[in-house]
Amino acid sequence: MTDEKTKTPETIDIWVAGTEEPQFSPTDEGAQEIGLDESESRLDEQFGRVVSDDYVFDEDATDDERMIVNMGPQHPSTHGVLRLQIELEGEIIRRTKPIIGYLHTGMEKTAEVLTFGQGTTNVTRMDYLSPLHEELAYSLAVERLLDVEVPERASAIRVLMTELNRVASHLVALATNGMDVGALSMMVYGFRERESILSFFEKTTGLRMNHNYIRPGGVAADLPPGWKDDVAGLLENLPVKFEQYDDLLKENPVWTSRTRGVGIITAEEATAYGITGPALRASGVDWDIRKAMPYSGIDKYEFDVPLGENGDVYDRYRVRVLEMYESLKIVEQVMDSMPKGDYRIDDRKVTPPPRARIDESMEALIHHFKLFTEGFKVPAGETYVAVESPRGELGCYLVSDGNARPYRMHMRGPSFANLQGLPIAMADSLMADTIATIASMDPVMGDVDR
Amino acid sequence: MSDFSPLIDELVAGFESAVLEDSHGQAVVRLQRDDWVDFAKAAKDAGFEVCVDVTAVDWMRQRPERFEVVANLLSMQHKLRLRMITTVGRQEPTVGSLVPIWPGADFAEREAYDMFGIVFEGHPDLTRILMPDDWEGHPLRKDFGVGAVPVQFKASHQVD
Repeated sequence: MTDEKTKTPETIDIWVAGTEEPQFSPTDEGAQEIGLDESESRLDEQFGRVVSDDYVFDEDATDDERMIVNMGPQHPSTHGVLRLQIELEGEIIRRTKPIIGYLHTGMEKTAEVLTFGQGTTNVTRMDYLSPLHEELAYSLAVERLLDVEVPERASAIRVLMTELNRVASHLVALATNGMDVGALSMMVYGFRERESILSFFEKTTGLRMNHNYIRPGGVAADLPPGWKDDVAGLLENLPVKFEQYDDLLKENPVWTSRTRGVGIITAEEATAYGITGPALRASGVDWDIRKAMPYSGIDKYEFDVPLGENGDVYDRYRVRVLEMYESLKIVEQVMDSMPKGDYRIDDRKVTPPPRARIDESMEALIHHFKLFTEGFKVPAGETYVAVESPRGELGCYLVSDGNARPYRMHMRGPSFANLQGLPIAMADSLMADTIATIASMDPVMGDVDR
Repeated sequence: MSDFSPLIDELVAGFESAVLEDSHGQAVVRLQRDDWVDFAKAAKDAGFEVCVDVTAVDWMRQRPERFEVVANLLSMQHKLRLRMITTVGRQEPTVGSLVPIWPGADFAEREAYDMFGIVFEGHPDLTRILMPDDWEGHPLRKDFGVGAVPVQFKASHQVD
């Protein structure tokens, strides 16, 4: 018995394809036995009565011991079709390479065959969680090339709708982040509250998503009758729910231990890699386009920019929650100070005639027909307009050669740039934290691949 | 002198060939291709700490140099934006890479390579990013067709 124990086990050659096949000894009866060491402690381990951790991390691991694991593209927690090539050393991630393009549908090419008026139907489908921000960035770019100014009411409606959209988008981020870390109830709650915002969107724009509501020259329609009651209802209901989320997550030991100190991005890394939005602010960089380079008169309203300190998953979650409160603050101010007036510019070049005029005037009918078939011409030039989307800087680079279709339209998607931060956030962290880190960056693949 | 910022004036004055333009109230600097990387370095030292975006425009048969390469810079500390534009020809669409200066230009340059075939010299991993690896051509070039999917019932027989 003692002889068996001291004997070193035979090394087993692993046959590598293309090399000479080693001499494998045929399995004998003895190898089928449960174990030759039948001492009490060994048997306890074998029967599972005692669990011991026998994993020893090898500091001198060579490249042979590194393993490359493919995650995705079909994985529920990659928020779409994101594929990650992860180089592992045991449980520890050394390098990550995001591989994207699975959702690429050539929307920038499509934009070149659509008129400026049709363009919003295209861009709204890019970032499907914040469609109104996409429409806003595009519309602002077209308006800048046209050199027109939209009425105050149109701007106020735009701010109202985009800030509500920010809340809806952050709710999805929270919901999916919760789901990925194991708080499944958070996912149900997040989507439930988002639905209440989406039903207001449906009432206003006709669609839950992909609204095509914000258009060059203003918005598609005025706010519906009774909109104040709906918004007031949201303002009353949502903060109560947010407090419930805080009860559920803020100090939850499982949540905090899975998110605190995980997936850290420092402020220097974030700026170097062009990361924007809540992911940048969680690292402590005070940068919000709404404050620094305001658009649509958003500087008229009072709000704060919540900042994180550590740049970890928890801070990104926290920044999002606090941003939702700030957005509701803006919504409340817009609601109370909604200016009267037209919801689109009174410029016949861009705006179609009112519906009632079409029935009585032949010219109005022709005008309407021309605008929706030929579109309007935009003077030659190029511009870049950026708005603060829920994910960061959403920019539209628009080039016109004087025709009715954009010569080139490029959207700078915040998720696209933020994905570059994923390898940094995940380097030298545990495999198990991957999902939490991806969720905290909140990438929308429609925005990444376009 | 422009009405943008003394910082931008000073930056542009350092390069003989650089031309500062006002494009709808935004600062645009047009550069010679050889100055592209040097200007970017100077811009970073001047406080433009973020390269927001790199993209391209195809001016096929409209301009002598076919492609425009566009980079949008952002200075968070000075709250300024600056757009760098240079042109590259059809025969050799090559320009220096900004990745050594701003690592965040990585994905954007790969996209410009994928979509336009612009080669960024010095980029660590210039491969296709959105299109499949074996794709032929560069889709956002103007001579690349939009394409159409055959529809089964489009030319259906008329029913009496």
